[in-house]
Amino acid sequence: MIIDKIRKINKEEETVKNEKASDMLVGKWVKCSNCKEILYKEDVKKNYSVCPNCGKHFRISARRRVKQIVDEGTFEELDADMQTSDILNFEGYKDKIKLLQEKTKIQEAIKTGIGEINGEKVAIGVMDSNFFMGSMGSVVGEKICRLVEKALQEKLPVILFCVSGGARMQEGMVSLMQMAKTSAAIAKLDEAGLLYVSVLTDPTTGGVTASFASLGDIILAEPGALIGFAGPRVIEQTIKQKLPEGFQSSEFLLEHGFIDKIVERNKMKQTLYEILKLHKSQRK
Amino acid sequence: MKNKTAWDRVTIARTPERPKALDYINEIFTNFIELHGDRAFSDDKSIIGGIAKLEGIPVTVIGEQKGKNAKENIERNFGMPNPEGYRKALRLMKQAEKFGRPIITFIDTPGAYPGMEAEERGQGEAIARNLFEMSKLTVPTISVVIGEGSSGGALAIGVTDIIIMLENSIYSILSPEGFASILYKDATKSQEAADKMKITAKELKKLEIIDEIVEEPEGGAQEDFENVCQNLRNMLSKDIKRLSKIKKDDLVEQRYQKYRKIGGIL
Repeated sequence: MIIDKIRKINKEEETVKNEKASDMLVGKWVKCSNCKEILYKEDVKKNYSVCPNCGKHFRISARRRVKQIVDEGTFEELDADMQTSDILNFEGYKDKIKLLQEKTKIQEAIKTGIGEINGEKVAIGVMDSNFFMGSMGSVVGEKICRLVEKALQEKLPVILFCVSGGARMQEGMVSLMQMAKTSAAIAKLDEAGLLYVSVLTDPTTGGVTASFASLGDIILAEPGALIGFAGPRVIEQTIKQKLPEGFQSSEFLLEHGFIDKIVERNKMKQTLYEILKLHKSQRK
Repeated sequence: MKNKTAWDRVTIARTPERPKALDYINEIFTNFIELHGDRAFSDDKSIIGGIAKLEGIPVTVIGEQKGKNAKENIERNFGMPNPEGYRKALRLMKQAEKFGRPIITFIDTPGAYPGMEAEERGQGEAIARNLFEMSKLTVPTISVVIGEGSSGGALAIGVTDIIIMLENSIYSILSPEGFASILYKDATKSQEAADKMKITAKELKKLEIIDEIVEEPEGGAQEDFENVCQNLRNMLSKDIKRLSKIKKDDLVEQRYQKYRKIGGIL
């Protein structure tokens, strides 16, 4: 008995020791991909998933983004279970979707819903890079259109947080046509005089840049995000030279006149709220 | 003729001697006056446009212009527009709307040009703006895919009431080579990719993405160009007559619903 107890205590000590060791390497610590500083995960989380050392904005899930932007308890998700259709019968596509759904616990690359930002009601869509690199197939296009149509019905402003590798290859032409479909929906919103704010986060490229992401009445971006139509590798292959540092960054786009403002993540909610309030007074 | 593989059609669609946008414009229309420039930066020669008559009716025509030889292709940037090309196209479309002219576009591009300056001048914004504006034009619009319709660079002049494809043209999310290198990690599997991607006129009509197909002779449109153009001209006039009868608001709403249902999920 006594020996057992001693063994147990020893074992406990051992696990504690192991835990500490694993903490250092994987568990609670993370290395910043930009400044290489070793950071305590909890500190990063508390800091809006931004590196406390260099300000690098890490990619975050749609779930966490909604938490950061939308007032607690006000988010009502729309079309959460909409399922991907495999139009091309593309080998392995359905399996990959299933795997990603299990891994990410989301059904597709965008979460849409109605919620409040400091009490201001909005229709909001948040893309998620963990799901197929935020690529736009039929579900993403359809969910954006339904969100916009809901906003038209209820006369709500729309906010879309963009993060995407572009149109989803596996759905072929149907994906390409989602660019036309979403842009046409945004045009309806425009005709109805409703506000649309797009927020570009790292990375926003391809067919998403060439559709709804670039059509905001106001276009915001997080610092240091990659934003462009063609990917850097494709451009380098075309021009056969290396791109300069910072090409296609948020800062580069601001300088070239394609976005309105760069907003740090800890100021995003407040900034959106200020914009919403300014437009509210304009509405009848 | 009916047994061609998708890859056979890719090959025909890219043949240098295949008729290009200007060939169609000169053959199908009369009184063509080319108009130039985007009024902001320059005149992109990979997109041409202007006003002309289709069987007596004034129309605006726009096309992505490839060359037939190296020299022409360099001048036309291989049919790969820069942002100013799309902005020129949009300027001409707004002009057409002002004067109530139907718009006909000819799609033939390997894609929007992926260059440094294109990015600096907002390639993504230029394409997005065209999709947005074309969706609400109040005049009848028709696009005709005559060769290669590849990616957002093709769609940027293709959001129209009716989409016509030539039998041997292709319309795709990106080139079969690009698709193969991304999804099979092997660009040499482009033939296999072409078969999978559903990029031929017949497959896209079945998917209800395009509306009409113009037949071609065995080896391609150049073998009996006059006849192909005659058939296309008849189709265009018939479509324009029909679309011109629709009230402006209904026309825009019908166009919205046309795209709205693609990839619609119940």
